[in-house]
Amino acid sequence: MTRSNSLRRRLHGRMFSLPGMITCNEFEDFILAYLDDELPRSKRRVFDWHIRLCKECREYLAAYIASLELTKKALATDEAASLPDVPDDLVTAVMEARKAS
Amino acid sequence: MSLQDDNIADHASDLDTASALQKGDDASAETFVRENIRWMVHTAERILKERSAAEDSVQAAFVKIFRSLDSFRGESSLRTWMRRIVVNQALMVLRKQERLRETSIEPLLPSFDGNGCRLDETWLVKDTPESLLASAQISQAVMTAIDKLPDAYRLVLLLRDIEEYSTSQVAHLLELSESNVKVRLHRARAALKKLLDPVLAGEISQ
Ligand SMILES: [Zn+2]
Repeated sequence: MTRSNSLRRRLHGRMFSLPGMITCNEFEDFILAYLDDELPRSKRRVFDWHIRLCKECREYLAAYIASLELTKKALATDEAASLPDVPDDLVTAVMEARKAS
Repeated sequence: MSLQDDNIADHASDLDTASALQKGDDASAETFVRENIRWMVHTAERILKERSAAEDSVQAAFVKIFRSLDSFRGESSLRTWMRRIVVNQALMVLRKQERLRETSIEPLLPSFDGNGCRLDETWLVKDTPESLLASAQISQAVMTAIDKLPDAYRLVLLLRDIEEYSTSQVAHLLELSESNVKVRLHRARAALKKLLDPVLAGEISQ
């Protein structure tokens, strides 16, 4: 952690404790509702304001969204590409269970 | 396979498929099993991380599917309906194994100083998911990262973000409150982000 970082954090800490502002920690707690579009308008406003002022949260949120998109896409690709072989003994077991039931 | 991709026209033919299966012979039932068993095993294995338990769930799911074909109303596609049954069976196994108990995810969550300011380093994401996924190594890194999440969090993420259940459906399936589902979902996503940071920052190259 460099000196300029800790100075900036101290300034941020002051600024984000002002009325109408939220801290990074509070920002974190709003992310899910923000992405689900469930934030009340007043909270949405302070959230948007924080994004503009705070580079860390702006970059954090972008990485959070990118990681989620990457995960969704990776799993969809995986499902299309790497299905297991047809397990023959399982097919047999299923057919027997069907008859028995 | 987005659940939202379903369209109404398909469901009408799915209703025909379902009623044909009910009246059908063993041969057509077996064809149906063979056509679907691979993605079903894959779905169950993703939840359970274990092949033999996944196969048991799929067998139980098929029994249930054949037994309740007459209750399929075409409100979703047949595949979506079957998928929900497989997921349910796999979750029952997880619950029996007591793997859904909450365990610590703290080390993977972001940290803040006394003023509530972010402590972790951030950077600008440059690559798109599409360009990252061109690399097989990166797809593998994503799978590995998901499997590192504690089950109680991994499941919430799989069910809501991947299987696209609603928050209230996930709450019902996992016997949690909706607010608990939301907390866990956000933590799971934040933890996954931290695990994928090296990939997103371009440190794992294609
Ligand atoms: Zn911030």
